[in-house]
Amino acid sequence: MHRLANPARFIRFAQPATRWALVFGALLTSVGIFGGLFITPPDYLQGETVRILYIHVPAAWLGMAGWGGIAAASFSQIVWRHPLSAIAGRATAPAGATFAAACLVTGSIWGRPTWGTWWQWDGRLTSMLILFFLYLGYIALAAAEKERGGEGRMAAIFGLAGAINLPVIHYSVLWWRTLHQGQSIGLNGSSIDPSLLWPLPLTTLGFSLLFTAAILMRMRAELAEQRVEARLRRAAT
Amino acid sequence: MTQSTFVLAAYAVMFVATAGLLAWAFATMRTAEAAADAIKRPE
Repeated sequence: MHRLANPARFIRFAQPATRWALVFGALLTSVGIFGGLFITPPDYLQGETVRILYIHVPAAWLGMAGWGGIAAASFSQIVWRHPLSAIAGRATAPAGATFAAACLVTGSIWGRPTWGTWWQWDGRLTSMLILFFLYLGYIALAAAEKERGGEGRMAAIFGLAGAINLPVIHYSVLWWRTLHQGQSIGLNGSSIDPSLLWPLPLTTLGFSLLFTAAILMRMRAELAEQRVEARLRRAAT
Repeated sequence: MTQSTFVLAAYAVMFVATAGLLAWAFATMRTAEAAADAIKRPE
């Protein structure tokens, strides 16, 4: 990881990595979605709406993983001052916000026929909504710091502080037993029947690769913008 | 509304979100890299 902190080396890695992440991400996601929509049986309780699981779970995982990435990049920026850390944080935030929002909306669409309501101020739903607002705050703060020519240290501190919300989201279903069901998949296995479960790892891995591709593309864009700015600054002096 | 309507709506949201994110990231990357290449070229 430290080796990739060099921007030139990172670009050499990111160009083929973006392509492969897009190709395999699209492939795995398509196979998983096809299986989830057309091959798996309906659930005996939830019926057809169980199929929303195959997109809602990856969206939730990526919404949280995105902030995990921001926290890691923030830590790296504060401790080691890696040149790519602030760029990685800024590149991850829009992708994480998109999947956090997709998690909230797909969850709400699943909730209406299953729970009889679009929204409830339940622990899991509320902490996920807070995560989405944290993303918006981080994006605004990082953009403001970048515009002022700062190193992005305030955004890094915000990124680290916001990570407190991740265990809250994870344990919310245990701490506040309200509407959202408990954990279905854990280290000790899954309570979901294998006939329903198999497309989920495919969509989770597929969407994760697409998420990675989006971050790599944003990092490449930021690095190219920095090259242009540096060149213009040199030309002006 | 049938259950399938909710399923289709959820998949449509996810498709629009993912495709929109990727298209925006790709477009900004291409624009920025083209500008960097253009400025690098000798006059």
